[in-house]
Amino acid sequence: MSIAAAIPPPPQAVRRLLMSGNEAVARAVWEAGVRVAAAYPGTPATEMLEYVATYPDIYTEWSVNEKVSLEVAFGATMAGSRSFCAMKHVGMNVASDALMTMTLTGVAAGLVIAIADDVGLSSSQNEQDSRYWGRFAHLPLLEPADSQEAHDYTLAAFELSERFEVPVILRLTTRICHVKGLVNVGERSERAVAGFTKDVNRWVMVPSGASRRLPLMFERERRLRVEAESSALNVIESGSDRRIGFITSGPAYMHVRESFPDAPVYKLGLTFPLPFDRLRRFAGECERLLVVEEVEPLIETELKAQGMTVSGKDILPLIGELSPQVLKPAVARLLGEPLSEQAQAVPMRVFPRPPTMCVACPHLGVYYTLSQLRNVTISGDIGCYTLGFGQPWNALDVCLSMGASMGMALGLDKGRSDVEKDQKIVAVIGDSTFLHMGMQGLLDIVYNRGNVTVLLLDNRAIGMTGGQDNPGSGRDIHGQEAPRVDFTTLVKALGVRAERVHVVDAYQLPVLLRLLRAETKIPEPSVIITNQPCVLIKDYHALRPYQVIEDKCTGCGNCVDVGCPAIHVTRRDRVRKASGREVDLAFVRIESAACTGCGLCLKPCAPDAIVHVETLATPIKVIRKGTELARTPQDV
Amino acid sequence: MSETGRFDTTNILVVGTGGQGVMTATEILAEAAIALGHDVKKTEVAGMAQRGGVVSSHLRFGAKVLSPQITPGTANVLLGFEAAEAMRWRHMLRPEGLVLMNTGRLVPPIVELGLYDYPDDPVAAMRAAGTQVFSFDASRIAQELGDIRLGNTVMLGAISDHLPFPAEVLEGCILKRFAHKKAALVELNQRAFAAGRAAAEAAAKAEAA
Repeated sequence: MSIAAAIPPPPQAVRRLLMSGNEAVARAVWEAGVRVAAAYPGTPATEMLEYVATYPDIYTEWSVNEKVSLEVAFGATMAGSRSFCAMKHVGMNVASDALMTMTLTGVAAGLVIAIADDVGLSSSQNEQDSRYWGRFAHLPLLEPADSQEAHDYTLAAFELSERFEVPVILRLTTRICHVKGLVNVGERSERAVAGFTKDVNRWVMVPSGASRRLPLMFERERRLRVEAESSALNVIESGSDRRIGFITSGPAYMHVRESFPDAPVYKLGLTFPLPFDRLRRFAGECERLLVVEEVEPLIETELKAQGMTVSGKDILPLIGELSPQVLKPAVARLLGEPLSEQAQAVPMRVFPRPPTMCVACPHLGVYYTLSQLRNVTISGDIGCYTLGFGQPWNALDVCLSMGASMGMALGLDKGRSDVEKDQKIVAVIGDSTFLHMGMQGLLDIVYNRGNVTVLLLDNRAIGMTGGQDNPGSGRDIHGQEAPRVDFTTLVKALGVRAERVHVVDAYQLPVLLRLLRAETKIPEPSVIITNQPCVLIKDYHALRPYQVIEDKCTGCGNCVDVGCPAIHVTRRDRVRKASGREVDLAFVRIESAACTGCGLCLKPCAPDAIVHVETLATPIKVIRKGTELARTPQDV
Repeated sequence: MSETGRFDTTNILVVGTGGQGVMTATEILAEAAIALGHDVKKTEVAGMAQRGGVVSSHLRFGAKVLSPQITPGTANVLLGFEAAEAMRWRHMLRPEGLVLMNTGRLVPPIVELGLYDYPDDPVAAMRAAGTQVFSFDASRIAQELGDIRLGNTVMLGAISDHLPFPAEVLEGCILKRFAHKKAALVELNQRAFAAGRAAAEAAAKAEAA
């Protein structure tokens, strides 16, 4: 092809690839000779394991939750294999029980734990700073600043892990995971596997064993502090403008370098333990110091504890990314300089465009139905179905953490006021979230005789992170067939009575509504399992699309309340009913190119104005045009 | 070209909604810049982009790129895949920057529900604010070619004459993606690219007139 020939071939012998931070970490995991890798999906960490799974010679798995994934990786290092584990920031809250003790045992082969913080909250319930784990667990922690460093630091982390026999934390943020840059890559080097050596003093953590390991942990930390003083991961970049010396790490380094090209910068790659001696020497070369770190003042606080005078979160925000647009004005104020006169364009006012559920999503029917229930408190969970809190459903009242819908529902039940004694408590949870952390909560509901109706939305995928497989999907990380959990048997085994367990098609609105009404009246735990697949996975099969017969649409707007993005309003009107009440009308069309024929909008449509696209080939008799009044939502 | 840090960097902002192919288009632009020996960084503010939300993809290239993010007021070109989304990100553009935008609209449920209004005329609003806008209906062009998914090739065709490298380099990067697929698909994308290029040119002439 002549046009393709216009592109020059890559000039260098070394392979240089455009990679996201997640891809770069995965590549380095392969190069490092890792043999076992495990993770539970979570934004922005998900793609690390997805990419690792594409390389040969590594056992990879989607684990049931982050704690199990870390235990699997730890087990593999005891067996002498280099191993890798990845999770989002909140995942480490789940995994930390294992983490806090494996710092005592240490590791027999390299173990790197990548924790991806969602700085800027693109898709998370909080913005916690995972760098605390290094301090809490006395583990070394590395912070790459771009894709190349994500690759290089992963390799360095394995080397450090084996030299100090310690798990190493690789701390990433969204701005590393999801940024693409050019990366020089290498090839895999295989490593001999030593095998498991029995040693109860090392591997059995009971008080006697743990007490022998505690001093070793602190001795290791002392040696790591010496290491930090000479580590090539910590670099001083001198600069001519010495009014402020910057101490920074991670992606914030790039923002600092971009904003203040002439300033001296201490770039920390190994950020725990800190190289205090070198930092003190750096302080001597600058008039004042500013610590730029995302997001909490960890480095700053430790430097202050060392008696150093630094600025940090006194002038920089405690929340979100420290991009050039944040840094430049803050530093100008610190230096007492006038703010740059560059007139900043004001963003134009445009409607918000929040994420929404997909066309034909099986959750649409569930939330449409929940929105019809009265006197109900809905305890939600983490996943696509969290979106049910928003318009038009407004049918999710609380959301906290993975699996929390169960325990919170029981607490809402047990702690209810006298006024709310007839309030129905419903918990909504997805298949993978249920298996991750929810099933223990359901066991608690059953054991403690709670009055909660559980909606278990089984769509056979971890939808929000892109449809990953899990023990409920019947496929493994490679898409190969795997044992599939039977939710009905599982919830019965947890003690939910067989009569109280129902499986329902999420598109059968009347059945769903009837079941929900019935089960919320019965004062004992019940579970309603919906069983239609996520529309983004291959189990979903699109059906014939629908369209609206324009002349039959009465403008009632009931179909709009389903919340399907394929339904569009073509015209609005306001009419006065015979009763004198004013009613807003919304006439609709269906974007047939997007419609996959789930039929959810048919049920609320009184005039049967919604028909299969093909059916419209026959002429439509105009029955009532514009004159007859609509069935309003209040009439349902 | 913008001057941030020590290096001259070209900033291109590609915006739209989840599912429109914004991120793929930016990836192809990045590949073209790499093919010409530039350092490149590409980043997204995507949120839960797969769920129809706002997507803005930042591409920066030059001798060496540091921060991956384009700061407000420094984008050279804003490539808008959806009319209101182009308007949402106008403030990212340099005063002398250029907006190349699809006039096609994707109306979200929140507007269908009557909670918010879609802007009456995004192109006029941006021009009134002093921005140079080349607009065209890329959605219709793609549909006329037979597949709405050709929209991102149409958009890339539109930007191809407003880059610091020849349009042919970008076209080559697009077609390379279809090299292992049917010849008809290659030809279809060639036509989409040419149509986008022509649409931007026509819009530029109309703007000049």
